[in-house]
Amino acid sequence: MTSFIKPRISRKSAPKNKIGLTRQDYDGTMSTLCAGCGHDSVTAALARAFFELSIKPHKVAKISGIGCSSKTTSYLLKEAHGANTVHGRMPSFATGAMAANTSLTYFGVSGDGDSLSIGIGQMIHAMRRNANMLYVLENNGVYGLTKGQFSASADIGSVAKKGTVNDQPPIDPCALGLSVGASFIARSFSGDREQLVKLIRAGLMHKGFALIDVISPCVSFNDHKGSTKSYEHTYKYYSKLVHADYIPPAEEIKAAYDVGESMPIVLHDGGEIILRKLDPSYDPSDRSSAFSKITNNNTKEIATGLIYINKNLSDMAEQNNLQERPLNQIPYKELNPGLDNLKEIQKSFR
Amino acid sequence: MKPTDTNNPDYFHKVVDCQWACPAHTPVPTYIRQIAQGDYTGAYLTNRASNVFPGILGRVCDRPCEPACRRGRVEEKPVAICRLKRVAADHKDDIKQYLPKKPSVLNGKKIALVGAGPASFTVANDLAPLGYNCTIYEKLSKPGGLMRSNIPAFRLPEEVLMEELNYIIDMGVKLKLNTPINSMRSLLQEGYDAIFVGSGAPKGKDLNLPGRWEDKKHIHIGINWLEEVAFEHTKKIGDNVLIIGVGNTAMDCCRTSLRLGAKSVKVMGRKPRSFFKASDWEVEDAEEENVEIIINHSPEGFITKNGRLTGMLFSIMEHDIDADGNILNSKSIAKVTIPCDDVILAIGQENAFPWIEVDAGIEFDQWNVPIVDKKTFESTKKGVFFGGDSAFGPKNIIWAVEHGHQAAISIHNHCRGVSLKQRAPDEIKLKSTKMGMFEWSYSNSYDESERRKMEHVDLVKRFSKLNMEVEVGYSPDQIATEVQRCLNCDIQTVFDAPKCTECDACIDICPVECLSITENTHNEDIIRKSLNSDKNELNQSLFISEELKFTNRIMVKDENICLHCGLCAERCPTAAWDMSEGIVKIHHADSQDTEYVSEVIK
Ligand SMILES: Cc1cc2nc3c(=O)[nH]c(=O)nc-3n(C[C@H](O)[C@H](O)[C@H](O)COP(=O)(O)OP(=O)(O)OC[C@H]3O[C@@H](n4cnc5c(N)ncnc54)[C@H](O)[C@@H]3O)c2cc1C
Ligand SMILES: Cc1ncc(C[n+]2csc(CCOP(=O)(O)OP(=O)(O)O)c2C)c(N)n1
Ligand code: SF4
Ligand code: SF4
Ligand code: SF4
Ligand SMILES: [Mg+2]
Repeated sequence: MTSFIKPRISRKSAPKNKIGLTRQDYDGTMSTLCAGCGHDSVTAALARAFFELSIKPHKVAKISGIGCSSKTTSYLLKEAHGANTVHGRMPSFATGAMAANTSLTYFGVSGDGDSLSIGIGQMIHAMRRNANMLYVLENNGVYGLTKGQFSASADIGSVAKKGTVNDQPPIDPCALGLSVGASFIARSFSGDREQLVKLIRAGLMHKGFALIDVISPCVSFNDHKGSTKSYEHTYKYYSKLVHADYIPPAEEIKAAYDVGESMPIVLHDGGEIILRKLDPSYDPSDRSSAFSKITNNNTKEIATGLIYINKNLSDMAEQNNLQERPLNQIPYKELNPGLDNLKEIQKSFR
Repeated sequence: MKPTDTNNPDYFHKVVDCQWACPAHTPVPTYIRQIAQGDYTGAYLTNRASNVFPGILGRVCDRPCEPACRRGRVEEKPVAICRLKRVAADHKDDIKQYLPKKPSVLNGKKIALVGAGPASFTVANDLAPLGYNCTIYEKLSKPGGLMRSNIPAFRLPEEVLMEELNYIIDMGVKLKLNTPINSMRSLLQEGYDAIFVGSGAPKGKDLNLPGRWEDKKHIHIGINWLEEVAFEHTKKIGDNVLIIGVGNTAMDCCRTSLRLGAKSVKVMGRKPRSFFKASDWEVEDAEEENVEIIINHSPEGFITKNGRLTGMLFSIMEHDIDADGNILNSKSIAKVTIPCDDVILAIGQENAFPWIEVDAGIEFDQWNVPIVDKKTFESTKKGVFFGGDSAFGPKNIIWAVEHGHQAAISIHNHCRGVSLKQRAPDEIKLKSTKMGMFEWSYSNSYDESERRKMEHVDLVKRFSKLNMEVEVGYSPDQIATEVQRCLNCDIQTVFDAPKCTECDACIDICPVECLSITENTHNEDIIRKSLNSDKNELNQSLFISEELKFTNRIMVKDENICLHCGLCAERCPTAAWDMSEGIVKIHHADSQDTEYVSEVIK
């Protein structure tokens, strides 16, 4: 717990985005996480991505569960709508909110405990529905908030702070997502800000469920020798598979990519996600090759980047004919079918 | 890129924008902290060691530090550095016991100093305590140079000036008033071991336009006129006065005219305001006194009737100004006559040395400025040194002081037979300010207060006496607030690369985003881009760390926008960042021989 507050200072030369806001306008309250926690880096990456995309903070809904990771949503986007829900229930809450109002940009933040233990059922169904949201899973291999018990993402052989060795196989959220139909699956590391910000931009602009599994070290309970989720271990073994970045419709694609290695994916808004493959044989739009890439990995290597993308899957709103108009903007008269209509509707179910 | 060499004393010195901009390198944040602790005497002595005249400069310094002040990058106005200097001077205790004294045994060397301005006084201040026998020759009846004869007493009271000159005179310096030096050649023959020329740039420029010589009585040269007023030879002026020129002299002339009874005073400028040479605050103060500032009027001639000045003819100018504010073209679009009773010409000063004979061995350039070495201040004649306005033309008091310090080192070396080039280099000491987990020995929290406004004596009252000081000084509340505005730029962020675990905590906490961890490349532009800042003002350096242990990337810091808030160091889980006070040691004549090596004190 820190004893100080970060002052809100706008330096005169601070760059502004298209809607006239500075990066600081995307900040939230001061973080109370341990100094050095990976989750704070994720917060910073999210704030930067929202700033760069010039998204209006009050047009965002930020939802989370319980855990240190789930506290992230307080630390950015002060003006956004948001809720800390019950442990593991973030996906269901977000799904419901989306049903009532599709006009907001949704992002959920969860942890490996929140998502892969108590909340695993919720998460799977949100992916299956292809709910249009960014889902950031801050993965540290432990239950940080409750002082460091192994979570379901802990690797076999990883050693806890007090010496216990984990024997159970880990659940890989990316493999899980692939198997149940998530349409955007990525992995990153809190220590690679550049990659993470770009993936977040792409994930936010992707229409459908975008999962980013972010290795995010817990400095207090899982950053020691023998841990496979420490800074040292992750820096040593993480490797880049596919770069991805979102380029808005009007912007020119500045970076010169090698043809063959680059792969533009045009999105519904006319913007593009540009993929740059470091392994030219890898095809991130091929689900089975993605699956084998991440499951048949016998090295300790942590493949990062955009692992899989399918922009053609219909999202939850399309599948269910959800109105673009938020429910709260539909007049009561229109929203309430009236007694006679209700009777007709009920008749159709008999 | 190569890691930054933070042992180079200039590296951290440059980060302290005010100190770096001050010609005498006054350690501003140090004295501001002393004031914050109520140690006015300490603050005064800290100032005096660098700038010799804190009471004088706390009122009338040109303040090159303020436009440079870091605070100006996050807020409209810089820290009131100059006002705080005055606070130290006004509230100090008796400081005589702490001043250097004349030693009981002199070293037998005699130094002559020509002119009793700030330059000569600084040389004497530095040399007398080392045992030099210093004699200052002054042609006027009172000491102080232009500080006495030209800077009006309503800006700089005589008591303040005399107090600080007396500290130096009391070191056993001989002051010979009413003693003009009329011949350099004879002075050279008087057996002095060294001569310092601090005679200023005493010649006011004239304006040779039609009608100029028809009424000599009502057309005045600004600096001469101010001197006549200061010495009470002139006590009156006409009702309508025109001041030609827009520098600081013009501002003193217009305000002095009002105090001598002028009813309407106009300052006439040839160009728009952005081209004015006067400091903003001087123009503001003049306007507060209802002086009219008129722009785009170029003088064409003096109009007289029967040998009496009645007005001046001007061309009204139109300027073609480009986006960067440069004048591309100017043309006259009309002519106008403005009636007046007196005109004061305040269009600049020149050097003049009628008393230095051509064959005295001192060479001058085509503008009559002596050829003086920029580091040693020695002229082309060995043992003769120049400083202040006499050396490179008119500047200001704080430059005169710095020239004085440097000339004193040279004279000391000259008299000891040491090469003038052998000067003790600047040094830096770094001392951690860490006292506990989140505790530092300086107040690191950011204070949002805006610059305190200096109160002025009310308009009616201030004209009752010619020497009524206009600025009243800061109140206790104002002092307490203003000191907190200083960001303590000398408390440096010191990085210990091997300790860093690349967790980004410092980067995320930094309120101005001036840190980044990035791949090392030789291209500074790419590295600058990684600092999430579009617009890098290039007047400050980038800090580049050694390579970090996990990824071989580097920690980079943009020194330009750091606020020295210490949050990076508070947040770092491994204490890889520390906030260390950087004490820059700049040697004067008295410490040329002391051993002082740059070091880090933990
Ligand atoms: C109107 C006006 C206002 C100013 N306001 C400010 C201000 O607010 N802040 C600021 O920092 N600067 C100001 N300045 C500039 C500043 O006063 C000078 O830069 C500074 O005083 C120069 O110091 P100096 O020691 O070189 O010489 P000076 O102060 O010019 O002193 C030279 C002395 O030498 C004497 N002298 C000259 N020839 C001889 C001789 N042959 N024999 C004996 N004595 C001789 C002169 O009488 C004079 O007393 C102002 C200048 C003017 C004209
Ligand atoms: C219903 C319920 N069960 C258990 C808990 C206790 N609990 C709080 S946080 C947490 C695990 C959090 O782990 P993770 O999601 O990985 O977050 P981290 O703190 O590691 O970021 C648990 C089990 C709870 N708050 N609510
Ligand atoms: S903030 Fe303080 S230390 Fe920094 S430049 Fe301004 S006066 Fe100097
Ligand atoms: S002291 Fe540290 S946190 Fe504060 S502005 Fe400077 S680099 Fe940023
Ligand atoms: S907070 Fe400390 S350990 Fe973390 S990146 Fe910054 S300097 Fe390195
Ligand atoms: Mg966890």
